[in-house]
Amino acid sequence: MTGTTYSHAPGFVAGDRPQIVTSRFEYEDSYTLERALATDGYAGLRAALSRSATEVHDEVKAATVLGRGGAGFPAGTKWGLTPAGVWPRYLVVNGDESEPGTYKDRLLMERDPHQLIEGCLIACYAAGLSQCFLYIRGEMALAQERVAAALNEAYAAGYVGRNILGSDFSLDIVLHWGAGAYVVGEETALIESLEGNRGMPRLKPPFFPAAIGLYGKPTIVNNVETMANLPWLMRNGSAAYTAIGSATSPGTRMVAVSGHVKRPGVYEIINGTTTFRDLLYGAEFCGGIRDNNELKAFVPGGGSAPWFLPDQLDLPFEGRLIGAAGSMAGSGAVMVMDDTTDIPNAALTLTRFYAHESCGKCTPCREGGTWLMRILDRVVAGQGTQRDLDQLLEVGGTICPGDFPHASSERLGLAAVPFPYKMTTICFVGPSAYTPVHSALTLFRDEFEAKLVKRTFIPVTAVSVSETEAAL
Amino acid sequence: MSRLTEDNVRVAHEIISHYPRSRSATIPLLHLAQQQDGYVTNDAIRHIGELVGATSAEVLGTATFYEMFKFEPVGKYLVNICRTMSCALMGGEELMHHAEHRLGIKAGSTTPDGMFTLEHAECQAACTEAPTLQVNYRYRFRVTPETFDALIDDLAAGRLDSEIPAHGTVARIRQHIPAERGVGAVPPEDATNAPSWMTVAEAPK
Repeated sequence: MTGTTYSHAPGFVAGDRPQIVTSRFEYEDSYTLERALATDGYAGLRAALSRSATEVHDEVKAATVLGRGGAGFPAGTKWGLTPAGVWPRYLVVNGDESEPGTYKDRLLMERDPHQLIEGCLIACYAAGLSQCFLYIRGEMALAQERVAAALNEAYAAGYVGRNILGSDFSLDIVLHWGAGAYVVGEETALIESLEGNRGMPRLKPPFFPAAIGLYGKPTIVNNVETMANLPWLMRNGSAAYTAIGSATSPGTRMVAVSGHVKRPGVYEIINGTTTFRDLLYGAEFCGGIRDNNELKAFVPGGGSAPWFLPDQLDLPFEGRLIGAAGSMAGSGAVMVMDDTTDIPNAALTLTRFYAHESCGKCTPCREGGTWLMRILDRVVAGQGTQRDLDQLLEVGGTICPGDFPHASSERLGLAAVPFPYKMTTICFVGPSAYTPVHSALTLFRDEFEAKLVKRTFIPVTAVSVSETEAAL
Repeated sequence: MSRLTEDNVRVAHEIISHYPRSRSATIPLLHLAQQQDGYVTNDAIRHIGELVGATSAEVLGTATFYEMFKFEPVGKYLVNICRTMSCALMGGEELMHHAEHRLGIKAGSTTPDGMFTLEHAECQAACTEAPTLQVNYRYRFRVTPETFDALIDDLAAGRLDSEIPAHGTVARIRQHIPAERGVGAVPPEDATNAPSWMTVAEAPK
């Protein structure tokens, strides 16, 4: 296998590919201001400040930097959705990474906090945002320490704060941290949490955070990786950015591949053109399934994404194509299951996650997610009945009425149902509890049936007690 | 049961000064209280309410939403073993089974000597290094029964004290905004003009 790993960045695998966000990862001291300055650090900020805010905004729009948090909405377009003339406007950077299978923001925060800070500065300059809050997941102690230290360095050196680099651009970046709640990764829940409340999502539409967000003011919520793209973009221009990747998904993106592969890792891949086959079997990526086993199924875009079968291996990692095929690119996390995997149990690990993380605001998620978990738990424990399997789909139907997205399968004669689904909840936690159940049950129903309790009907009159016990 | 100490009140005021509204400091202050006492006491909740301008019930309401906050003492070391998909695929459940035997407690409880609390955790964002665990939110990757036992031995003997602080302390480095460099947080109702660098007037949309 090719590719380089570093003991100071466990999980990350560098390759012979363009590096937009991971270029400093090779250095052990990549998180220091000294290293950042020796390797073009804050040059993107200088380039941005030499132009007008509108020009910088246009450059980001021209590059079509897709949001890397999950929804894939273009950042430049999002910045333009704030209502004209309403101030102040805020930037909230979402570093509450906790989608199952996903980790890239943690590496970007731990390994290159100055790149993130520089990206935040560029975004605030371009969109006229007057304060930035960097919300880091509570459990990520090292990321919090690295970002805090980097902010202290950057303030002292004049890169953050009043009159940055002698310009009239002034900005405070505040490090904020959570305390353990998956749902806070949803942007309106993130805002609630930042206001000091329980992290429950707000009802939207009609008002999205860009119109009414933090403290009721226009607020842009962007993912850490999205911000990390901006310094390179400012240094090299949108033409260089769009020259990498596909027309609809330019640049690179961070993808974590975990589970039953020979070399699980986080890779910065060329966006939109790298296929799942490349990722799972390529020598520069995972190098095949562990022990040369057969691939059974894989989750393409984080725990919330409907599952794919080996039939989908030749799809490129591109949001629209994955969506049309019945799943989502999501947060860039592939979880691989080989043929030794107990599928109902694997589905349970995800459904339990979402049931556990339900904030309790919407009934279909709070009650439905818990039902799904309990029924599935019963089935996995060998106590389920045929009725339980139908009940799983029925409960799912109350969270997501109508057709639910799934992949096509030649073997099962299934045609793909494209993403997304309809939902009766405010956010995606509820549907995500159902997704693994639906995928597993649609694609591998026989494995569930094999676990059902075997009950033999015995007429009461015909047998003695001892025979009944023997039959059971 | 204690309120925040004088030193910590100073830290609290610094944290509050970073936000346009003081209520936003609620979660950071709860962490501060937990750092001081190892868990969040009722007195600390009342004190935080006074500091941020909220009722005790509001602060408690926020605090109970988040899993990291504990309302009764836990072990010096909180051991969280991940059980979400990638870790489960790579032996997370077996690791928990081993941990329960090694520590002699079930997940969700504390050893009688008050050293270790064992908990199931959901995805820790280190999925390629499965199975993973965190001790007081410090990672251990690709944990085997052998490395788990060695970790417990090291913790019990105090050999990891410099790397892993006692439960309650998450980040050991705080952000400080120097007065001469900071812009200062302004309540949103007092900042209704366009920022100075936005020189081009916006056309109404």
